[in-house]
Amino acid sequence: MRLPFLLLATIASTVLPALSGCAYHIPKEALTLQPEAASLRRLQTRRFDTSDESELLQASLSVLQDLGFELDESEAKLGLLVASKNRDATDAVQITNKIIVGVFVGTNIPVDVTQRIRISLVTRAMSPRESTVRITFQRMVWNDLGQISRIESLEDPALYQEFFSKLSKSLFLEAHNI
Amino acid sequence: MKNLLCATLVLTLCSGCVPRNPGILDSEQSQVQLRQIQSRGFDTQDREKTLRAVIATLQDLSFVVDKADLELGTVSATKLDGYSMRMTVSVRQRGNREIIVRANAQFNDRPVLDPQPYQSFFVALERSIFLSSHSVD
Repeated sequence: MRLPFLLLATIASTVLPALSGCAYHIPKEALTLQPEAASLRRLQTRRFDTSDESELLQASLSVLQDLGFELDESEAKLGLLVASKNRDATDAVQITNKIIVGVFVGTNIPVDVTQRIRISLVTRAMSPRESTVRITFQRMVWNDLGQISRIESLEDPALYQEFFSKLSKSLFLEAHNI
Repeated sequence: MKNLLCATLVLTLCSGCVPRNPGILDSEQSQVQLRQIQSRGFDTQDREKTLRAVIATLQDLSFVVDKADLELGTVSATKLDGYSMRMTVSVRQRGNREIIVRANAQFNDRPVLDPQPYQSFFVALERSIFLSSHSVD
């Protein structure tokens, strides 16, 4: 009886840590182009009738500032702006659920409290008379226990439409779909 | 008593195999092998075009760029999709006709050492740059 127990204990203490050390899985799509990449690119990109990347970057920066973003990084030679903002993430539905579950079940369910929204914006000259602007949004959300509850790309078309509508007003140029 | 001795022995043996500073230098993998997995050569001289293609590829793969530096030839970006994947891509000229692109990635808190994700990345980059790549010695 003692021998199998010792054997099991030995296997458990040597094999399990080894397994946990290598048991991580990278989703196949993480670095593979997906079929929806083209439609996402269309959603996130607009074409403008100008070759002046610097003008596009300046106007984009103004719109980002209008939207409350802080500039984190820029590299004008590559047409890049990186910006972010921290905002409240409380949701009335989540808070109601928390109160109901707390009162009737006695369990404290975490609710989202804050989020960090990040963007990168890239301009690219496509021809002597045309350039594109592509913006991508993502966010991290923290709950009231200080844990990250969500990390995601933001793909709501309304978000992109609104941004480009503001950019096109700021540039006095029409934004064309690509 | 015998049990206690055996348990102590097993624990001591196991603790002997755990590195004291796990993950700080990550030098278990051969450097040469890792560089091969993470690098490709492209027959071009245009660093700026290559870096812009790298940025476009990362955007196609749903990354948000963290920073880029044309002079140094680097781009760092992060993808958030229920997980966090961070990638740094560097571009450097070798000889007169070739540019070496090297990418290294981390998935959550682990380095990506498997060749397959890098192969997929370079396939996507080739499409964006309209050039085929080759392995680097």
